[in-house]
Amino acid sequence: MSNAADFPSLGPEEIKRYSRHLIMPEVGMDGQRRLKAGSVLCIGAGGLGSPAAMYLAAAGVGRIGVVDFDVVDYSNLQRQIIHGTKDVGRSKLASAKDRLLDINPHIQVDIYEEALSSENALRLFGPYDVILDGTDNFPTRYLTNDACVLLGKPNAYGSIFRFEGQASVFATKGGPCYRCLYPEPPPPGLVPSCAEGGVLGVLPGVIGVIQATETIKLLTGIGEPLIGRFMIYDALRMKCRELKLKRDPECPVCGDHPTVTKLIDYDEFCGIRPDVTAEAQAMAASSQWEITAIELKQRLDKGDQLFILDVREPNEYQVCKIEGSTLIPLGEVPRRYQELPKDVEIICQCKMGGRSQKALDFLRTVGFTNMKNLKGGILDWIDKVDPSQPKY
Amino acid sequence: MAIKVLIPTPLRPFTDKLDTVEVAGATAGEALAALVAKHDGLKKHLYTDEGKLRSFVNIYVNDEDIRYQQKEQTPLKEGDSISIIPSVAGGRQ
Repeated sequence: MSNAADFPSLGPEEIKRYSRHLIMPEVGMDGQRRLKAGSVLCIGAGGLGSPAAMYLAAAGVGRIGVVDFDVVDYSNLQRQIIHGTKDVGRSKLASAKDRLLDINPHIQVDIYEEALSSENALRLFGPYDVILDGTDNFPTRYLTNDACVLLGKPNAYGSIFRFEGQASVFATKGGPCYRCLYPEPPPPGLVPSCAEGGVLGVLPGVIGVIQATETIKLLTGIGEPLIGRFMIYDALRMKCRELKLKRDPECPVCGDHPTVTKLIDYDEFCGIRPDVTAEAQAMAASSQWEITAIELKQRLDKGDQLFILDVREPNEYQVCKIEGSTLIPLGEVPRRYQELPKDVEIICQCKMGGRSQKALDFLRTVGFTNMKNLKGGILDWIDKVDPSQPKY
Repeated sequence: MAIKVLIPTPLRPFTDKLDTVEVAGATAGEALAALVAKHDGLKKHLYTDEGKLRSFVNIYVNDEDIRYQQKEQTPLKEGDSISIIPSVAGGRQ
């Protein structure tokens, strides 16, 4: 960063607003002016982006960009605190912009209502000092990482699952990148998503605020950023661990002889075919193993003997269930499959059809042949057969 | 030699929800083999069908990545802990 004298000055209202920063020698007037001159692009206005952007706005980061194309849903409000109940149905960007400018009218908020892609990433990242990765899927994670490396922009990284979060700073000069840690993505379907696995609402608050903290440190040049270190936070046990990360000289993006020198097709890289989700792929490959909610209802009405195996978790079973189903959570299936009848057709079922497909695939390997997977899971069952039950 | 293996949240369904599993082993590879012997469901998450450690699973002994040590031959001593660090993508949704 250049000389502090080049940074914009603060008006009287701003001086009052930032007084708790200004009296700290580590920030002070210089640091606050650096923040005002600074800019950050938040990828996503969701669980991580919400608290991060709010604190960055409050801290006085001069320009905050947000990329998102989603609409606020009731199920977001448990953790995406930038949005309120009144915003349900509204664009996340419009809602986020209102909230950020309400927190601090002295900043500029840029919104980009588009999905981040290999075509627009370099253009979108270009005008920002720091990129804050709050995405929810592997293709966008790798895309964000590679674009950061190619442009030489630091990536304040955070990721969450259930009770556990990860944070680091990638793609700084000489530091490691996301690919140094994870050279390849997992095959689709092997890692559960938050929609499937759930997430503790306060967890993205903790991790998003760590990302905001790192962004502020990078912009002001103070402290020791989380570079070359990987933080793991376990909310249930309230434990924090730190692992060492090294830049991999063989890394295809940031290594000594990079083979990735421009953005690629990240869906293909992550094994996702265009417009086909991992779940749909698995389904298509095994359509003879599939039953729809309507077909299941018809067969039950006919009096067919069926064993409905629900592989969700007990807490999900409490919310809604198909009458007469038997609960064996997916993780227990390998140990308990002997409890299943050999002479009755088994209908595997979960929330949306992903976990039950895994259960079915497993049961095939141990010799079960008379089975079907309930397409769309219990959510589809509720939509098409039994709307009296709540969805989650 | 008692080694603690710290199980990350996404893999706990395959260890009867345990967050730590104690195993014996003189190397990281031996300890992981003992772990999947105890908890069979973990196997396909950690190893390929050919029995190689999956590339998107990172194994740490204490705070060091075994990729930069002696990989699966990385020696263990009493009280060491092994961390399994899987890829996690969640955030926006």
